[in-house]
Amino acid sequence: MRFMMIVKSQKDWEAGVMPSEELMAAMNKYNEELMKAGVLLDVAGLRPSSEGVRIRFSPGKRTVIDGPFTESKELVGGYWILQVKSLEEAIEWAKRAPFPCGEDEDAEIEIRSFLEVDDFAPSEAAERARELGKTFENKK
Amino acid sequence: MAEPTPDIHRTIDAVWRIESPKLIASLARMVRDVGLAEDLAQDALVVALERWPAEGIPDNPGAWLMTAAKRRGIDLLRRETLLERKHEELGRDVTARQEQAVSDLDRALDDDVGDDLLRLIFTACHPVLSREARLALTLRMLGGLTTDEIARAFLVPEATLAQRIVRAKRTLAEARVPFEIPRGEDRAARLSSVLEVIYLIFNEGYTATAGDDWMRPALCEEALRLGRVLAELAPQELEVHGLVALMEIQASRLKARTGASGEPILLLDQNRALWDQLLIRRGLAALAKAEKPGGGSGPYTLQAAIAACHARARTPDQTDWARIASLYAELARVSPSPVVELNRAVAVAMASGPAAGLALVEALASEPSLKDYHLLPSVRGDLLAKLGRNSEARAEFERAASLARNARERELLLGRARACARD
Repeated sequence: MRFMMIVKSQKDWEAGVMPSEELMAAMNKYNEELMKAGVLLDVAGLRPSSEGVRIRFSPGKRTVIDGPFTESKELVGGYWILQVKSLEEAIEWAKRAPFPCGEDEDAEIEIRSFLEVDDFAPSEAAERARELGKTFENKK
Repeated sequence: MAEPTPDIHRTIDAVWRIESPKLIASLARMVRDVGLAEDLAQDALVVALERWPAEGIPDNPGAWLMTAAKRRGIDLLRRETLLERKHEELGRDVTARQEQAVSDLDRALDDDVGDDLLRLIFTACHPVLSREARLALTLRMLGGLTTDEIARAFLVPEATLAQRIVRAKRTLAEARVPFEIPRGEDRAARLSSVLEVIYLIFNEGYTATAGDDWMRPALCEEALRLGRVLAELAPQELEVHGLVALMEIQASRLKARTGASGEPILLLDQNRALWDQLLIRRGLAALAKAEKPGGGSGPYTLQAAIAACHARARTPDQTDWARIASLYAELARVSPSPVVELNRAVAVAMASGPAAGLALVEALASEPSLKDYHLLPSVRGDLLAKLGRNSEARAEFERAASLARNARERELLLGRARACARD
């Protein structure tokens, strides 16, 4: 299963303060741990919302709104994409993350699961796929 | 807002999955017996299952499990040395040996576990074991999967699989397989056994179909994860990156390769918008690490390079068939097989026209291993039809239909035979 761990933005972050050397080191170590466990698919941090825009959709109209946006707890600061066996495993990994932005402010990581293709519908064709799966790969 | 309260047993399962490979690997170095190490780790899990539901999950569950396993190991050691003392009256050096073992155990906890994990992978995939045993042991010790999960994934009864694991552990102990990373000449063969195990796990999942237990397709993800772990542990091994690249790119097509009613969709007919671009990007990055600048790549890297040609093409007609044909030629050289040769013929036909492809197919006509392989006459019929040799093409399609093993495909081939008759 694929999950996105979303870090909510923080005041410092929004103010454009770069993370401390110490935090950077802790994050690198954490990311390495995720890599070594083979669960990390992607990771990225985002610039402050002052450098972003929003496009508001209303009937017949699209309006572009410049950042910054104020409600920093609702802003995304960065994300990891993990491939793990269960939500619980994603939670265990998230709990091991370093405090995202210094410990003087509460922080939050949100875990969301990706939509994925469910099992293929049962049919005669599925039986055929079973037999032919390898053949198709050979036809590449 | 409701506080999410994940089921404690599912949480313990998650902790186990994260921690158990490191745990088993460290213990194995200490006791020099992966079977015993796995038993000790399992014992620690049992203690956790008894205590964590009441006491809560400890802050550092990995260290907690390690301590529990270690305590259990020391108990075992004491009991054994006591027995020894009784039987052999060797009381004098027992205490010294016991202290030595305890300090070994302490050191095992402190060291970086990377090399131990690598030793564990090589041991689980040791050639002294049958192929089935290697798969089971790898999933059990490195995937942290339960016997039940592995049994469901391979469609065998749980008791059968449990037996398989017990026997595998005994075989390793009896053969005195050393807990080590193979070096020198041995290393290449041992590594190829590891890669084979991972790719077999992947293919087992890839061929999973409708109505299968969800553990089967999950094998694809697990194989990919194991491949990525191995690439971190042995980054200097180019074929490891090649295998990872191959699996990432193949997995990128999982959503596109079957239709709404589960019918398989051939590569060139797939909706490329459904290909997973994140996995393709990862696959191409792994391939870049795997490829040697001057050629001389191994079979996984070459297959990955072929898969990458398709992944890079936005539409089927942008496919670089000339490159695919030359990669198949290289693959045929490195790991020759009639099926590879047939694939090469298809690529050559796409790159240089049906006549060139047909020449290669004709050379396979007397190949005994393809005697009952329906794709041989199917490809031949296709090329003949493109050359306008309809009556010959028709005969080939009919022959292919007679060899095809399922109704839907037979129908398709007979349809092509009829089309040849009309033209």
